[in-house]
Amino acid sequence: MNDRDNTVLAVRDLSVDFLTGRGTVRALRHVDLTVPDNRVVGIVGESGCGKSTLINCVLRLLAANAVVADSSSVVFKGRDVLAMSPADLRGIRGKEISMVFQDPMTALNPVISIGTQMTDILYRLDMSMADKRRLATDMLGQVGIPDPARRLADYPHQFSGGMRQRICIAMALMMNPGLLIADEPTTALDVTLEAQIIHLMKDLCARFGCSMLFVSHNLGLIAELCDEVVVMYAGEVVEQGEVHDLFHRAQHPYTRMLLDCDPARIEEKRRDLPTISGSVPDLIDLPRGCIFAPRCPQRYAPCSDTAPATYDVNAVHQARCFKVRDA
Amino acid sequence: MPELLNVEGLRVRFRTAGLVKSLVKSLTDPHIDAVMQVSFTLNEGETYGLVGESGSGKTTLGRAIIGLVEMAEGSITFDGTELRGLDDARLRVIRRNVAMMFQDPVASLSPRKTVRNLITEPFRIHRIPGSESSRDARRLLNLVGLHEGFLGAYPHQLSGGQARRVGVARALALEPRLIIADEPTAGLDVSVQGEILNLMNRLQRELGLSYLIITHNLPVVRHVSDRLAIMYLGRFVETGDTDGIFASPAHPYTLGLLAAVPEPDPDKRREKLELEGEIPSLMNRPQGCEFHTRCPFVREKCLSEAPVLRTVAPGRMASCHFPFPNPAEAGTSGPGG
Repeated sequence: MNDRDNTVLAVRDLSVDFLTGRGTVRALRHVDLTVPDNRVVGIVGESGCGKSTLINCVLRLLAANAVVADSSSVVFKGRDVLAMSPADLRGIRGKEISMVFQDPMTALNPVISIGTQMTDILYRLDMSMADKRRLATDMLGQVGIPDPARRLADYPHQFSGGMRQRICIAMALMMNPGLLIADEPTTALDVTLEAQIIHLMKDLCARFGCSMLFVSHNLGLIAELCDEVVVMYAGEVVEQGEVHDLFHRAQHPYTRMLLDCDPARIEEKRRDLPTISGSVPDLIDLPRGCIFAPRCPQRYAPCSDTAPATYDVNAVHQARCFKVRDA
Repeated sequence: MPELLNVEGLRVRFRTAGLVKSLVKSLTDPHIDAVMQVSFTLNEGETYGLVGESGSGKTTLGRAIIGLVEMAEGSITFDGTELRGLDDARLRVIRRNVAMMFQDPVASLSPRKTVRNLITEPFRIHRIPGSESSRDARRLLNLVGLHEGFLGAYPHQLSGGQARRVGVARALALEPRLIIADEPTAGLDVSVQGEILNLMNRLQRELGLSYLIITHNLPVVRHVSDRLAIMYLGRFVETGDTDGIFASPAHPYTLGLLAAVPEPDPDKRREKLELEGEIPSLMNRPQGCEFHTRCPFVREKCLSEAPVLRTVAPGRMASCHFPFPNPAEAGTSGPGG
């Protein structure tokens, strides 16, 4: 993976520690991730795998006790976000990189009308209020809010959950960002609305020429939406690749087990569902070898002592597993 | 299988406005019907799934069965005893047999009680004499696969999966015959979800439990339930045996729900969606078929005439004027809902 010209975001060797009273939590370790132009990259993993830490790092929203390793870089369109001044960061957040959050109920301010919230974020634009409202109306229409001009005066509680998430998407895309980060944008929504929102996001990103980093634990949504997938486990990227390759030819035992656990992938009806035995390691006291070795049914000689590097499965698919090296 | 629970024509109403507000706003009927005309039977040892989106009334139905909300019409019979109009003392006896697992595993546990206290609380509430609570607490923890070391823990020290297990232990304390599980796996990771479902399945085999599982998670309900009811705006729109419904749904809403679940396979991406729009408000139910505002197959008749839930194939009921044909082929086992 080299940082080509058509790369929007390149995360290289990103390691983040959190200093806590109990010890140093090694939340992210040597994470590499690339988001190319006009592509949707999915990050999938279970709770505590570091996916939120990773996206918070891209926007530099980490808590005060976080320590980013010196060797790390997060390059957005040629500039290292980690080295930016607060003023430069303000120029990027919400304009170049925007975000859609998990819960549309709490992402909007309940006491300010939608129209005011939408025009507020256009403070950078030198344009009359009437024009800003026209722009906001147009965006609301594009995300499928009926009668958008009238609804600008409404408050968040007057919209349903699905409509609120549409408004959040409209706001995120209003400044025409290069990268949209979506953090579990549909977990608060019903399944029929989830399908609508996912299709809307995909259409809009294509129309606005915006790349997307889509975070989810739902494998179905990842398969539906993404071009490339990054699988995370306990703070490491264990496997990444092109979406068809990853779903059909997963190499890392964790990815395979995760796919096997999904009840939606099990064709035959069965009462006893597969699980991954054991639990996620303590990030303060990491195992010496491969991070997944304690739970891995296929571990062999090298796994418990040495941590594997990332090995190429093919040109578009890598996995952090000795089996790939030795294959 | 003998019948354990029978619900007949159940209706639950909530008042939406007080006297003054309804006069000022000249509301003719300040009520909503959260559950309407619901009838079904749950057999001993069976798992029955209630499926629907938010606001479909599935949680309210579960709460009505355990007596947490009052019913406006209809009857609920548990093991031959009619629950309506029962005095508190006799209702308490029935309630020992019906336990509830609430939706949010952490929020449903009091943050100021230890696990030991939480799982023995049902004994105190029901004033079960002679129960030696610390022995019972250990036995229950063992049953749900938690180490005894958790006895002194508080809810905030538990992970989502562990809190779920404590919820299961609490529900099992009084050796109920029926457990109503409201979204038993919501918020859990997919690997932990399997553990909780397998635990519930093992307990069902060992203790002969019946489950009423309330969920919006279709992939899960397909694996765990014997029969299924799909709810929309407080009504059952389709009922039948789980395999049959998944193989060939009769109601367009069921079809839309099934189609909305994304398949974890990038080769099976959907070009178009079955269902557009959102669930209408209970304050403002559509005329005719209540699903006609979202139905892709809507016809003239649907706008004016409300369909009734009727048998469309052996063991299968649907409330649609134009149900999809041939739901019978897969759905022949088990009696109709």
